[in-house]
Amino acid sequence: MKRILFALFLISVLFANFACERRGGATNGSSSGPIAVGYYGDLSGRTSSFGQSTKNGVEMAADEINKAGGIDGRQIHVITEDDQGEPNKAATVVTKLINQDKVQALLGEVASSNSLAAAPKAQEAKVPMISPSSTNPQVTQVGDYIFRVCFIDPFQGEVMAKFAANNLKAKKAAILYDFNSDYSRGLYQFFKRSFTSLGGQIVSEQSYTQGDRDFSGQLTAIRSANPDVIYVPGYYGEVGVISNQTKQLGIKAPLLGGDGWDAPQLWQLGGASLNGNYISNHYSVDDPSPAIQKFVADYKGRYGILPDALAALGYDSMKVLADAIKRAGTTENTKLRDAIAQTKDFPGVTGKISIDKDRNAVKPAVVLKLQDGKFHYETTISPEGSTPSTAASGSTAPSTASAPAPPTKASSPAQ
Amino acid sequence: MPTLLKRFIGLVVVVLLLIGANAFMSREGLFGFGFPYYYAEILNLTGISIILAVSLNLITGFTGQFSIGHAGFMAIGAYSSVFMTVYYSEGAEKWLTAMVGATLAQSLVFLGVILFGALIAAIAGLVVGIPSLRLRGDYLAIVTLGFAEIIRIIILNIDRVGGATGFRGRVPPWDGRLIIPQYANFIWIGGFAVITIVVVYNIVNSDIGRAFISIREDELAAEAMGINTTRYKVLSFVISSAFAGIAGALFGHFRQFLHTNDFQFIRSIEIIIMIVLGGMGSITGAVLGAIVITILPELLRKLPGDLYSYRLVIYSALLILIMLTRPQGVMGAKEFGISWLKRAQRRPEGDKPVGEKGVPIAQTDEQGKEHA
Amino acid sequence: MDTFVQQLINGLNIGAIYALIALGYTMVYGILRLINFAHGDVYMVGAFTGYFLALSLGLAAGPSLASLGIVLLGSMIVAAIVGVIIERFAYRPVRKYSRMTTLIMAIGVSLLIENLFVARIGAAPRAFPDFLGSQSQPPIHLFGNAAISKAQIVIFLVSIALMVLLQWIVFKTKVGTAMRAVSFNLNSAKLMGINTDAIISLTFAIGSSLAAAGGVLTAQYNPNIDPLMGILTGLKAFVAAVLGGIGNIPGAVLGGLLIGAAETFVVGYGSNIGIASTYRDAVAFAILILVLLVRPSGLLGSTVQEKV
Repeated sequence: MKRILFALFLISVLFANFACERRGGATNGSSSGPIAVGYYGDLSGRTSSFGQSTKNGVEMAADEINKAGGIDGRQIHVITEDDQGEPNKAATVVTKLINQDKVQALLGEVASSNSLAAAPKAQEAKVPMISPSSTNPQVTQVGDYIFRVCFIDPFQGEVMAKFAANNLKAKKAAILYDFNSDYSRGLYQFFKRSFTSLGGQIVSEQSYTQGDRDFSGQLTAIRSANPDVIYVPGYYGEVGVISNQTKQLGIKAPLLGGDGWDAPQLWQLGGASLNGNYISNHYSVDDPSPAIQKFVADYKGRYGILPDALAALGYDSMKVLADAIKRAGTTENTKLRDAIAQTKDFPGVTGKISIDKDRNAVKPAVVLKLQDGKFHYETTISPEGSTPSTAASGSTAPSTASAPAPPTKASSPAQ
Repeated sequence: MPTLLKRFIGLVVVVLLLIGANAFMSREGLFGFGFPYYYAEILNLTGISIILAVSLNLITGFTGQFSIGHAGFMAIGAYSSVFMTVYYSEGAEKWLTAMVGATLAQSLVFLGVILFGALIAAIAGLVVGIPSLRLRGDYLAIVTLGFAEIIRIIILNIDRVGGATGFRGRVPPWDGRLIIPQYANFIWIGGFAVITIVVVYNIVNSDIGRAFISIREDELAAEAMGINTTRYKVLSFVISSAFAGIAGALFGHFRQFLHTNDFQFIRSIEIIIMIVLGGMGSITGAVLGAIVITILPELLRKLPGDLYSYRLVIYSALLILIMLTRPQGVMGAKEFGISWLKRAQRRPEGDKPVGEKGVPIAQTDEQGKEHA
Repeated sequence: MDTFVQQLINGLNIGAIYALIALGYTMVYGILRLINFAHGDVYMVGAFTGYFLALSLGLAAGPSLASLGIVLLGSMIVAAIVGVIIERFAYRPVRKYSRMTTLIMAIGVSLLIENLFVARIGAAPRAFPDFLGSQSQPPIHLFGNAAISKAQIVIFLVSIALMVLLQWIVFKTKVGTAMRAVSFNLNSAKLMGINTDAIISLTFAIGSSLAAAGGVLTAQYNPNIDPLMGILTGLKAFVAAVLGGIGNIPGAVLGGLLIGAAETFVVGYGSNIGIASTYRDAVAFAILILVLLVRPSGLLGSTVQEKV
């Protein structure tokens, strides 16, 4: 009994040690003073290379804005927290950023599951959050303070299906996806749906788990189904090996992938075996447009490596946020939220960004061909029924028509 | 009679403390003042860690069976209870609301799903425990580890609980209409932490508990004394799993989002570090370990980035260091409390009085007083 | 048919790697009754040693068998040293304590190695240099669609050679006799004048170098290496050792090959009968539980009475 009381006493001491604060009255945001922006991502876990790239992009954008005099003279102060890639920690660090660091807006996370864990905290505290690259449709459905600057899984899956059916004239496709990743599963489902509706046939569906190193079992099964293309919507770590083993098994069909492939390590892992494969992506470093070339040159000058798509999206998320703050004239939360929601035709590195009524970015995707250690621009595929410029033509009315498959229906598992 | 009165007063104090603390941490605050939400969140997570550490201590610290799959049982409790809440509790809650009012109905439903989570985790513990606890040695470690991994894979395969995306509410179709309600607050979490401590304390100081300890000390001798070691090992394992399930249920209804990434191998290791740090076979030690290991990483956030990434290195080095210097954990089997402050040294182990059934009984509070 | 043969080749290929790692588990367990949790991480250390050796010696440029040989040998030596250090400074001091203490120590060592690597070089995967040119060369066709790649041939040949060498050491040399004596009864062996500490160190050295060989070889087929690669592979190798009968050297090889084949067949044919290929990791553990229930001594192990 005494021991129990002592344990309670300990807990009470802990209470007493922490400062307490006055409840209520604290309004979020202001129209003067420096702007605190929280960035959270995986900086020490398994997907830390994604978190690091995004962080680089965010910080570079913030520095550019600050050097140019800030937003209406207000400097941006980016506060970074590491969530180790765990959903639980993501929710905790976002609580910290909001309540301890008093950030006025949040940028993050890369992985949709971490964004899903953290977004309710932002929504509850009414702090606008922009995810640079969480592509699962559910993320922005958490609430009206949650936005993103990337396209969503249904669209990316559709892009590759169209490319396979129309450009590559493929009739039979096999799919090898990462079972552990909602991203990969999302792409898989929407590729399958689009490809079959375009008259194609899925001849084999195989899966693996993140961290796997041997895929010969799955690939042998795929080989016996004899597909024209193999869709592999995974991350570069496994994809590099998959590509390698595909060639070792003598499979000639090209691999198709998504933005998860985009990392410098892909080339070291896959080497020459990657030649002739295609991916869909947010942007291309080869794009001759001066804005992109300036971004690529600046990034390379600053970090010494070429920016991947996540760096570009991190950069864009910061720029979109800054643009919204400038238009709102304040970081007061409701005004800032409305300003982000009204973003249209923002000239980002990853294309012209417009936010639709579901708080998703509407923008085209590019298809890139892999050859000799480089991504080569192949074609651009725009959201259904509209070109990117018309997608954002309605200034006040949200561009409903341009939204890809309705997320509600779309996210139901295809079984 | 005075003991009963003392216990009653203790209960009232605990309940009042919990209610006060919870109000202090809530959005409204206590008399307009509150605890920063970030601290409140960490405190709630600490409560969950305490349940996990104290329950793992029962099987590992007191019974001497090394389990490294505690996070797996936590996952089972979390997913099964949240599954009940999301899919089957609405009707029950409506029906109960009509009878006893909304607040009580919600509490009853929550209690129901927590117990459901505990039950499922206990059944899983039984299924895993029977084959692996029949054998002596280290097999339990590997089997529990493998089991936790299998659980993770199975959960990933169930689309009704969100699969790889994570479990946030009813699927399919996911339309945000029903998300996991935040039933758990500090009254629940702190309350269950206290219940766990009290229950484990009472088990350890009962006949059953002494059977557990005898297995830890010498399994062969225990068997020679007529103790059915397998039965007691399984019993200990099942109780421990059930509490892990409770911790999971609380976690799910606190976090309102479940993802298998939160129940990985490293989470089990974290719980082990808690009890190793605190002392295997010490309830207060486990509580202390849980507090330190949950709060320490948050304090370490203030370290510069490079040093922060070394925190896991520090953890593992700590583990090795403790094993080299004090293999029984920092606290060993010692409990500490107010009485511990009064007299620094406890009586030697051999002095214990012998109970009715011929099993040595560790001192209880009352007997302790007689000798003090 | 050709698909079946192909899956068999794939399965035995992974199985050979599991076997190499399982040997280390089984030898250490045979002598110390210790599950050396850090063994999977020694496998990782081996792969990374090979990686850094190749980079620092500039061997990564051109594909050649000779440079693979150098890297293989180098990483085996380094891993042997690592194994001996682990035994000397982590396991030996706690040998007299309970099994739980040694087990926690093993987990602590394992975590320390992993986290040191993560903190130093990051958790992101790295690409092991391709010494055999298998990224660009087509495989060798057997019949039908069945094919075997150069990397697979090398994996088979090297692992068989190493296993034969081990068998020779254990059964035909004086040191091997001493090892068997120590594993039979440590105290009696000591009384017979055997330097048991030295034999235990040697056992760790041999086991670790075999794991390192597994690490380098597997990286020729799966060039993706990261600091956490040893966890799951190590566990499966342990299961392989238990399946074959822990403490039994041919058993470890048999167990490794069986686990490798079982996994691949679940992946390759499981979807036909409704088992998703993600259950591959569950297969090993399901086998483990089954073995513990039906035949705890393993396939080739003999029932040993627990010593009092």
